Formats: sequence, C-alpha cells, structure tokens
Amino acid sequence: MSLIGATVKRDLLLAARNPGEWANPLMFFLMVAALFPLAVDPDPSFLAKIAGGVIWVAALLATLLSLDALFRADVEDGSLEQWLASGESLYGMALGKALVHWCISGLPLTLMSPVLGLMLALPNDAYGALILSLAVGTPILSLLGAVGAALTASVRSGGLLLTLLILPLYIPVLIFAASAVYHAGIGMPYNGQIAMLGAMFALALAFTPFAAAAALKLNLSR
Amino acid sequence: MWQWLTQLYHRMGSPKWFYELTTPWIPWLAAISIIGTVVGLVLGLAYAPADYLQGNSFRIIYIHVPAAILAQSAFMMMAVAGAVYLIWRMKMAAWVAKVIAPIGASFCLIALLTGAIWGKPTWGTWWVWDARLTSMLMLLFLYFGVIALQRAMESEDASYKAGAILSLVGLVNIPIIKYSVEWWNTLHQPATLKLTEKPSMDPDMLVPLLIMIVTSYVFFALLVILNTRNEILLHERKRSWVKQLLSGQE
Repeated sequence: MSLIGATVKRDLLLAARNPGEWANPLMFFLMVAALFPLAVDPDPSFLAKIAGGVIWVAALLATLLSLDALFRADVEDGSLEQWLASGESLYGMALGKALVHWCISGLPLTLMSPVLGLMLALPNDAYGALILSLAVGTPILSLLGAVGAALTASVRSGGLLLTLLILPLYIPVLIFAASAVYHAGIGMPYNGQIAMLGAMFALALAFTPFAAAAALKLNLSR
Repeated sequence: MWQWLTQLYHRMGSPKWFYELTTPWIPWLAAISIIGTVVGLVLGLAYAPADYLQGNSFRIIYIHVPAAILAQSAFMMMAVAGAVYLIWRMKMAAWVAKVIAPIGASFCLIALLTGAIWGKPTWGTWWVWDARLTSMLMLLFLYFGVIALQRAMESEDASYKAGAILSLVGLVNIPIIKYSVEWWNTLHQPATLKLTEKPSMDPDMLVPLLIMIVTSYVFFALLVILNTRNEILLHERKRSWVKQLLSGQE
C-alpha cells in the first residue's frame, strides 16, 4: 500500500513541477470547445442544445491526449520492472496511475467545465448535471484509458493506436453523460443517466485494473 | 467424461493433431456451405412469401441476420480463445483468436452494410443513430482495434496477449448490442428469433433463415479452420511433419 501511495505522490509532484502535463490538455479542452461555435453556428439557442455534448466530446479528447504518457516513462526507465521485482501487485500500480491521471486530467476538466458552459450558452438548469456527470464519468475514462495505455506503452507511436482502441469503449459513457446534461437542460430528470454512469464507474473500478495489470506485464516480455 | 474432455483439450493443443484432424473436414464443410447458401437463398428469395408490411425488401434478412449473429458470436469466440491463451498459454488458441478477428470484422461490416440497404426502403434512411446500429458500429471499431493492436506489437507473444486482453475488455459490448433493442425503445425491431419463445415468423420465412444461420456458422468454421491451418504451417514450417507433408505433396 505504501508503494502505491509513494507512486501517486511522486507522479503528482512530477505533474506539479511540469505544469504542461496537466495544463496542455486543459488548453486543448478549451480550444476544441471554442471551435464549435465558430464552425457550426454561434446562435445561443442552437448552442444551448449542443453545449452538453460538445463539452463532453472535448473532455473525452482532452483525456485521450494525456493518456499516452501514463506508463511510457515507467516502462522506459525500468520503474515497471522494479515494481514487479518488489512483489507489490500490479493491480495497485494500475489503480494508482488511473487515480493520478484523473487528478491531472478529469478533475481540472470538471472544475473548468462551468466556464465552457458559459461560453456555449449552457442552460442554467444543466450546470449541476454537467459537473456531476463529469465528476462521475471522467474517472471511468481514466480507468479504461489505463488499460489502453498499458497495452500500447511499448508500441512505437502508440498514441494514435491508443485512441483507436479506447474511443469505442468510451462511447457508452459519452452517450449517458451527454444525455444527462441534455435532459437537465430541458428540465427533465436525469437521475437515471447518472445512476448508469455510477454503475459503469463501479464496474470499471473493480475490473479494469486487472486488465491493465495483465497488459502491463506484456511490456516486460520484449 | 471429464477425462475425455481433458484428453481432447491436450490434443487440441497439438497443431499437428488439429491439422490432420481437419484435413478430411474441409470438403464437407465447403460442400455444406455452398449447398446451404444455395438452398437457403433460393428458398428465401424465391419461395418465401413477401412480408405484409415491408414487401420484398425484407428478404435481405437472409444475409443481414446471419451476418449480425456471426459478428457477435465471432467476437465472443475470439475473446474465449484469447482467454484460453492467457490462462493456459495454448498456442493453438492464440492462432484461432488471431484468424477470427478479420473474419468477424468482415461479418460485422456485412451486417452494417446490409442493414443500411435494408434501412433505406424501410425507414427511409441509410443510417440512424439508433442504439443497435451504434453498438454494432462500436463492435466494428473494437474489431479494428484488436487487429490494429495485434499488428502493432513487435513480439508475437505480446501481440496475442494484447489482442486477448482487448477482446476481453470489449466483451462488455456484446450484451449491450444484444439487449439494446429491448432496453431502449428504438427504431430497430426486436429480435426475430428467441430460443425461449415460439418464433413470430411464418415457417415459410423462418426455415430459410434458420438454414442461412446454420450455413453461416459452417462457413465461418470453414474459414477459421482454413486460416488456422495456414498459421500452423507458417509457425511449424521447421518441424519435420510439415516438411514431410509439403515434400510429399510436391
């Protein structure tokens, strides 16, 4: 357990000292969302309808952007081998890495989302649903992403491949989350969608670290 | 019974045994595939009565439904074969999983294309963002992901394991596809065939469909066996039995 704590602490410290790691995806998030009014239609009544979906798509892409580096450094500098040699379970490492990834991508995105909501004329009733859906949904993205990042950690130019592997798995999250925001915006109940997201989160939390741990081992058999 | 199963399992692990076992099967499987397709299509296209609502356009069901069923079954088989490789390190399972991926992706593509062609006269559009269509599209993307991942890995062993892990994770999509038309009330009609209920179709329509489904499974088995045999020859080409086999044929 202490090893997991130490790794989480080290990775958070690394992220704090290298602000680009968490700031760049955040900038990307802002810019992608800004493209939609420019490209499609800046009319507020139109934007209000698509705001939830646009913010979610942007959050999803921003998450992918920071995933590629999740395990790469550990595979290359031998930390992964040291971890295995220490006898600690890789399950813990996968879980810890997903937690760190959420802290530097999902959490800032969630905190930043109301600003984007303002820019995209999100209906007032939808802010609660937006923040709630991001808070429950982005951890799922990090957990699933850890599996993809572990699978592609030693593949050269694995970033694009990672996107291809992980995006289909993100689709259910996107559907339920965007539908929660949309329904909140038109004054309908959205508990159902949030409950589904919560169920997916519980499922991902329980099972994806196993898959990520198995995938991490592949990087040693080169 | 159990002993027989474990014995079978150990034999399955032997590429040579599999190769020799399946050699006499191939003409039979090929014959069943051809005859079944001809009989099923002739019965379905010429003899089955037209649908009272959709007219003749429903006849694409004889391609669409078998392809869709196969696309999902193939994914499950790929995941199971991958799991067998992950757990017991059985090479044969890895080869089977590897050859299933492109075959399953083809069936998935056929299901989506025929679905689009069917959708045009029935729903008035090639594509709708309906739950079942979207989840089938996800399945196709997952197949592409597995194939791309296997191609990208440098070591062969890692490529098999990575593909197996991804297909096991992707397995969550199968129940979503299966139940999408029941959970969400969507444009796509509910399943025509259920094991637990009496079919709602006319027997004249149903029999060709069942023939086509069984034939598709046989055709799929034929493709998997042929491709697996190629993998066996490729990987065992330095072994004496393959050398003997190849020199004997020349």
